[in-house]
Amino acid sequence: MNQTLSKKLVLTLLAWFIALVVFFPIFWMILTSFKTEGEAVATPPSLFFDPTLAGYHEVMARADYVKFALNSVIVSVGSTLLALLVAIPAAYSMAFLPTPRTRGTLLWMLSTKMLPPVGVLMPIYLIFRDLGLLDSLTGLTIVYMLMNLPIVVWMLYTFFKDVPRDILEAGRMDGAGTLQEVLYLLMPLTLPGIASTGLLSVILSWNEAFWSLNLTTSDAAPLTAFIASFSSPEGLFWAKLSAASTMAIAPILILGWMTQKQMVRGLTFGAVK
Amino acid sequence: MRDRASGRTVGGMRTLFLQAPAVSMLLLWMLVPLGMTLWFSFQRYNLLNPMISGFAGLDNYTYLLTDPALWTAMGNTLLLVGWVLAITVVGGTLLAVLFQQEFFGRGIARLLVIAPFFVMPTVSALIWKNMMMHPVNGVLAWLFNLFGFHAVDWFSSLPLTSIVIIVSWEWLPFALLILLTAIQSLDDDQVEAARMDGAGPIAIFWFITLPHLKRAISVVIMIEMIFLLTIFAEIFVTTSGGPGLASTNLAYLIYIRALLDFDVGGASAGGVIAIILANIVAIFLVRTVAKNLET
Amino acid sequence: MRLQHAIIPLAGAMALASVSANAETITVATVNNNDMIIMQGLTDEFEKAHPDIKLDWVVLEENVLRQRLTTDIATDGGQFDVMTIGTYEVPIWAKQGWLTQLDNLPEDYDKADILKPIRDGLSHDGSLYALPFYGESSMMYYRKDLFDKAGIEVPEQPTWDEVHDWASKVNDPDNGVYGICLRGKPGWGENMAFLSTLVNTYGGRWFDEDWHPEIDSPAWHKAINFYVDLMNNYGPPGATSNGFNENQALFSSGKCGMWVDATSAAGRIYNPDESKVADELGFAPAPIAETPKGSHWLWSWALAIPKSSHAKDAAQTFITWATSKDYVKLVGEKKGWTSVPPGTRESTYQNANYQKAAPFADFVLKAIQTADPTDPSAKPVPYTGVQYADIPEFQAIGTQVGQMIAAALAGQRSVDQALSAAQRAADRTMRQAGYY
Repeated sequence: MNQTLSKKLVLTLLAWFIALVVFFPIFWMILTSFKTEGEAVATPPSLFFDPTLAGYHEVMARADYVKFALNSVIVSVGSTLLALLVAIPAAYSMAFLPTPRTRGTLLWMLSTKMLPPVGVLMPIYLIFRDLGLLDSLTGLTIVYMLMNLPIVVWMLYTFFKDVPRDILEAGRMDGAGTLQEVLYLLMPLTLPGIASTGLLSVILSWNEAFWSLNLTTSDAAPLTAFIASFSSPEGLFWAKLSAASTMAIAPILILGWMTQKQMVRGLTFGAVK
Repeated sequence: MRDRASGRTVGGMRTLFLQAPAVSMLLLWMLVPLGMTLWFSFQRYNLLNPMISGFAGLDNYTYLLTDPALWTAMGNTLLLVGWVLAITVVGGTLLAVLFQQEFFGRGIARLLVIAPFFVMPTVSALIWKNMMMHPVNGVLAWLFNLFGFHAVDWFSSLPLTSIVIIVSWEWLPFALLILLTAIQSLDDDQVEAARMDGAGPIAIFWFITLPHLKRAISVVIMIEMIFLLTIFAEIFVTTSGGPGLASTNLAYLIYIRALLDFDVGGASAGGVIAIILANIVAIFLVRTVAKNLET
Repeated sequence: MRLQHAIIPLAGAMALASVSANAETITVATVNNNDMIIMQGLTDEFEKAHPDIKLDWVVLEENVLRQRLTTDIATDGGQFDVMTIGTYEVPIWAKQGWLTQLDNLPEDYDKADILKPIRDGLSHDGSLYALPFYGESSMMYYRKDLFDKAGIEVPEQPTWDEVHDWASKVNDPDNGVYGICLRGKPGWGENMAFLSTLVNTYGGRWFDEDWHPEIDSPAWHKAINFYVDLMNNYGPPGATSNGFNENQALFSSGKCGMWVDATSAAGRIYNPDESKVADELGFAPAPIAETPKGSHWLWSWALAIPKSSHAKDAAQTFITWATSKDYVKLVGEKKGWTSVPPGTRESTYQNANYQKAAPFADFVLKAIQTADPTDPSAKPVPYTGVQYADIPEFQAIGTQVGQMIAAALAGQRSVDQALSAAQRAADRTMRQAGYY
């Protein structure tokens, strides 16, 4: 009894220590967002100070946070849903109907991501200009979907492969067609996997800072552009940048918190048991 | 699949139909911009100097490949990828095991540990550069001084290490997330049975947990590798590739040699070189990790 | 209410509605510097005075902005109506025909009021292609209290050797004060902006008359050795990460004895809300070494209209408003006279309010007037620009050289190695670009 209790204590302390150390820079950033600019660069760094909302006020006054946030949400969620729509059938076929070409296709898909964006900026910009997609939410959503598709397919493929064949066989014996198989058997089983894949795709789109800065101006600009306007201008800006960043990551942190419970629920083998 | 007599043809058609949307979209994405990149790489095309035009042959490639900085950049790229992969995979696995255990406030602790992945790379880099690693104003400097050590000038003396630290901090949560999700599916009965047989925690970890995680680890490695090969924002914001070339990787080299010049031809050639290199690394990695794909 | 009584207000309402319905939206791209932020903050004032024009802002950090704007204007993207660019881009882009000529400005704009070096810097073939928003040169800031304590008297024109001597006297790292803070962060607009002036004043230049880079010349060696030696002995740690911002933070929090940098910082470090050392500020012209030529730089951020814009008239209305005498007065009244955009107009410097609020005004004016981009070096040069050369390749070259020198400052290479590596890289680039 004592052993398990002390073991638990050690575990708790260790886990919490690591969690706090890893989280510290973010904590520090959030703390700084409530300081004045002078306070933010003071040495030694201060833990206790008079909090102020000045940073937030300035940030809100200068830029329309809601517009940027809305754009980020639309583009991230939109591109993720589209990607999932296209990827689930593809991953299904790769996991359950493998052909000799499956592995090659998977690798080829991943290789499309190996091109550094700096190398392909011009062609994309020219194409978008000609298609009238510059500074449009549609354009950005499409780019993000294509960007994330290989990863989404790959991850879904991995999670699908973990599903034991017997369940699906059983379903098929019972006369279920492919669509029903996917909707009623596969997806409930792999929901945590799909959720974490979806979350990953949302985060990758949310944080993407190259295309979002180059392909948008004002109408479709997401939060990355919002942050960019507060990064390293002339003069002191740490408090304001911290405030802007806190506002930029808050939605995604909340989303992560909510979906996390979903993911960590674990695969249910209820059907087998 | 093979044992279904009629299944073959049907399977093949179904496969095609199911994969068609994904494959065709990516094909378009690949062919058009990539094709243009390939085309530009053989042209003399500088945005700022429309006078220069015409076929360049292999000029752009020669210019980049004979750059003395190329080898340094490639070496840095491999070092960067290697170190971050090592830290995140090993750290991620250990942390996944730790956070799988029951302890007080586990949910919140998990969220805290995953948080860094949600922060934009540019913001992460700025936080680390100015609030953590700054030798005069930074928290680390203050901590070092507290214990009587000299503050380390991170970006001057240890530029690549600093970038490794920042990027590992950003990606460790990702590895943790994937591995934690995978560990959830570990069969408890198996573990119980092993424990009954007298296996200690380390043996359980090595012979049961680790093999179960193999596929997840390979996913983490593949995905991280893709992103780590083209790290750009962190270098751009902190060291600008320096001092000298100490923290310049291939993506950044392309930027300073071509994009800064608005030399589209050069940048395109650089992009093509980067893909080829990345594919070589990928094939290498896949060979070692390949078995897990076909289990 | 009888119908005929209703018609007039109804008509009025409709007229008003149609005016705002016809409001043209122009997209303005600018850097996220203080003065521009103020301009953005005065959007309401502009829209009140011109109800048929609405402003959409894109505010980015300098390097990102430059890339974004260049990409757009070179591909005829048409995404922006007003671009904020500098004296580096204007002549190059004007030559390409990408900018709209600004010939028919209203009378009361008073083109002649603009300081001559700035006006020349934004012109091409005799026509103005951008209107200056603010201008700057460089100068030396120092701590009067520390200098008084060390018994130092600053002459009218300090020299770099004197600066070295003073740095050794006020350097006190144990108490958190470093002798001198200078830019070290690599970049053609960061450390190289400052180092170009240092090289100039030591008699060096970027390119000879045939466009061969001269980075390996004795003048460069002397200047860079001096710089590395000075910074290693009397500079703050981590200097290679310190650009303009970081040094400003260091100086305003009292950590530097001296600082040689942009004149546009004066307003902020003089402001007690933003600086701890506002009361102890001393000003001096940028130090010289062997020649006064090119010892301080000239830069102006200006508003230009790309040819690809779809709203040129509205854009021109805006840029004339933002760079007019009235605008200067507006900022002075609303934000305080130290926040007025500096370095563009004679009238600003003759304004009594400004003189009173900014004792450094004369220094700045003289610095700008004596910075001559057409004659930046002791030897003749084929390029224009004090801290840059007006060729497209300069961005890449300047940044590469900046990186090499940062490596020398960080102690990773010797100065000799750094300069010869930089020379080779620059030579390669110029050859590739077809200069010789």
